[in-house]
Amino acid sequence: MRKIILSLTIVLISLIILILFLGLKTKKIYDTKDIIGKPISKLELKILNENNNFNTADLRKNNFTLINFWASWCAPCKKEHKHLISLKKKNIKILGINFKDKTSNANEFLKKLGNPYYLIASDQEGKTSVSFGVYGIPETILVNKDLIIVKKYIGPLDKNDVNKILEIVNKK
Amino acid sequence: MLSELGNLSVLISIILSFFLIFFSLRELKLNLIKPTSKIINLSRLQLSFTIMSFIILLLGYLFSDFSIINVYENSHSTKPLLYKVSGVWGNHEGSLLLWINVLVIFSYLFFKKNIGVNKKFQLLTLIFQNILILGFFIFLVTTSNPFSKIFPVPQEGLGLNPILQDPALAIHPPLLYLGFVGSSIYFSAALASLISKFDGKNFATVSKPWVLISWLFQTLGILVGSIWAYYELGWGGYWFWDPVENSSLIPWFLMTALFHSILVLEKRDGIYLWVIILSILTFTMSVTGTFLVRSGILNSVHTFANDPSRGMFILTFLSIMIFSSVYIFYKFSPTEERSFKFFSKEFFILTNNWFMIFFLITVLIGTIYPIFLEVLTSQKISIGPPYYNTVLAPFLIPLLFIMAYGPKTSWIISKPFKIKKILFTLLISSLITFFIIFLIDQKNYLINILLISSLYLILQSLFDLFKNLDNKKQKKTFVNKSSLVSHLGFGLFIFFISLNSIMSIEYDLNIKVGEKKQLNEFEISLDDLKVYDDKNFKKFVGDVTILDNKNNIIEKLKPEIRIYNSPETITYEASIKSNIFSDTYVTMSNISRSEFYNIKFHKKPFMNLIWLSTILIVFGGFLRAIGRKF
Repeated sequence: MRKIILSLTIVLISLIILILFLGLKTKKIYDTKDIIGKPISKLELKILNENNNFNTADLRKNNFTLINFWASWCAPCKKEHKHLISLKKKNIKILGINFKDKTSNANEFLKKLGNPYYLIASDQEGKTSVSFGVYGIPETILVNKDLIIVKKYIGPLDKNDVNKILEIVNKK
Repeated sequence: MLSELGNLSVLISIILSFFLIFFSLRELKLNLIKPTSKIINLSRLQLSFTIMSFIILLLGYLFSDFSIINVYENSHSTKPLLYKVSGVWGNHEGSLLLWINVLVIFSYLFFKKNIGVNKKFQLLTLIFQNILILGFFIFLVTTSNPFSKIFPVPQEGLGLNPILQDPALAIHPPLLYLGFVGSSIYFSAALASLISKFDGKNFATVSKPWVLISWLFQTLGILVGSIWAYYELGWGGYWFWDPVENSSLIPWFLMTALFHSILVLEKRDGIYLWVIILSILTFTMSVTGTFLVRSGILNSVHTFANDPSRGMFILTFLSIMIFSSVYIFYKFSPTEERSFKFFSKEFFILTNNWFMIFFLITVLIGTIYPIFLEVLTSQKISIGPPYYNTVLAPFLIPLLFIMAYGPKTSWIISKPFKIKKILFTLLISSLITFFIIFLIDQKNYLINILLISSLYLILQSLFDLFKNLDNKKQKKTFVNKSSLVSHLGFGLFIFFISLNSIMSIEYDLNIKVGEKKQLNEFEISLDDLKVYDDKNFKKFVGDVTILDNKNNIIEKLKPEIRIYNSPETITYEASIKSNIFSDTYVTMSNISRSEFYNIKFHKKPFMNLIWLSTILIVFGGFLRAIGRKF
């Protein structure tokens, strides 16, 4: 009996310690400060209103892509929407990632305010957005064709941000 | 200069630890009644050099010696004196040095106090304790040397994290360290006791004061940390079930269980092995907590700048500690028989243990389950207050009733309960609770039952206290006033947090300067916003007026947004108007790119009484510590 308890204890403790060791090795994305200059994660995303998927590798086709995280329930997203539209008019490719939203509400939102996006991906559980290092929405990141993050905006875009984005994109 | 002196005294302390282990091992084999004066002198030297290394680092901070990286990174010449001092332990390296100091101080005091008790037991305790000391010294020197130098010497330091510039936080880490690092001494003593075949009663007598002392400091440390979180973090709460808070609570459960069991062991045989397990577990859990905080495996407000090699070291050390303890326990533990009568004192005291272990397991699972899940499935979750409240709260109810009876039952023989008295107290508690529910118009069944049971404990403890104050003849019974005081404190504590949880009001609003908003019976306005320049920060102070239409009270509060310059950090200072019965709590934050300010407004009843009841719990322990019978 003593031996059985002893072996059980040892197995249990070893297992816990092993998991903690593994835990030390896993990487964590908690901080988004250092994200600039790093490539975005390779991800598959579902396209809104379609059954197809979209891969972030497809963004290599564009010189620059602005990735905007939004939702119909997010008030500041409404505020920045006109700036996104104006960016679209300047031929900026904007990928919209619809965050934790109902498809019907998202469509309604775009119908009312216009659609600035060339492609919309849907992230209903919000997990993919976390992999992009997003804390809350709206957030916007600008990536180049090597999928490296050039610029990151937390909160709604304003006029200055629009000019800055145009400046970066038109430089090359 | 200071850096070299610091390194030198650390080095000497390490050598002294080796010497202590070596000579103690040698004296074990000699035929002596007690350890020779050589061991005592070595201990004294070790104590002096370890304390000296700490003082040297302290001097580095006081004189702003920025050639020491640690001082450069964590201090600033314009910092107020108090925060220069607390800066020493406000960072990983310095706090580790403090940790080692506590290990050494407890080692010395334990050794000094128990000379002549049992040579083998005493030397073995010293050896185990010095293995711990050595382990942490190696950790300090290899991964976290507080005396590392920087060249060229910077002109100015980078400053202490402004969130840490708070008097409560200045004393919070030292208190906690005295608590859970202090538990190392009964960890060592427990292992020594097994090997030296020390008997249970003696072990209980020898280790009881240390368990009580560490419990006192641990409780105070948790209290002060909680007060700090309430005033400084601006989240409007005092306990968040944050994994790091949990790591201080887990050893507390164990210490509480251990202290109660030791009282039994002193009088009765049969739970010696259980006490040994608890002693070992307390320090093991303390180190596990340290691992969780320092390795960066968790993310929380307490996370220190982390470095994976540190996590690796602590975990390896922890594994060695655990496996050696398991080995020693199975190799040396004697067999024992247990027999307990229902409703005897030992029965009640040991029931406490079951509750503590249950609480411990609940909190432990909540803390490490997210880590396990992330490793095994790479899924990220966080476990919040609902889990803890749902699982823990119902079990408080029987605990409160049992706590009302424990202190006045007698050893070995059980007396029948006085049913009439129980029913009477229960009736009064229920009446008071109904009255309260009627007044505040709240229907939460669990909270109502908690109110009844905590009132029951309060009334019962008060009744027993008065009975014992009155009657000198009661001396012969086994009622101990100190435990009544602590139990009374716990009853009050649960009573007030229950009320606080159902009576708190919270509003969140966005408001412009000059605007006024109406929220139910409250009218909130942000009248003005002023900017001030302080010594090392700039602050925006809001003038917030809260008009309580129901009670016709006007309160003016001044929440602040502070921008510190080195390093540039924004903090939000809550403004709190506090009286015995209720706190009004306001925080303000700016909303980026808009003229709105976010105001969080709380009414939190009985905050001061929650703190006071915790102090009462500690006071009971303190009474026992200074009492003649202990």
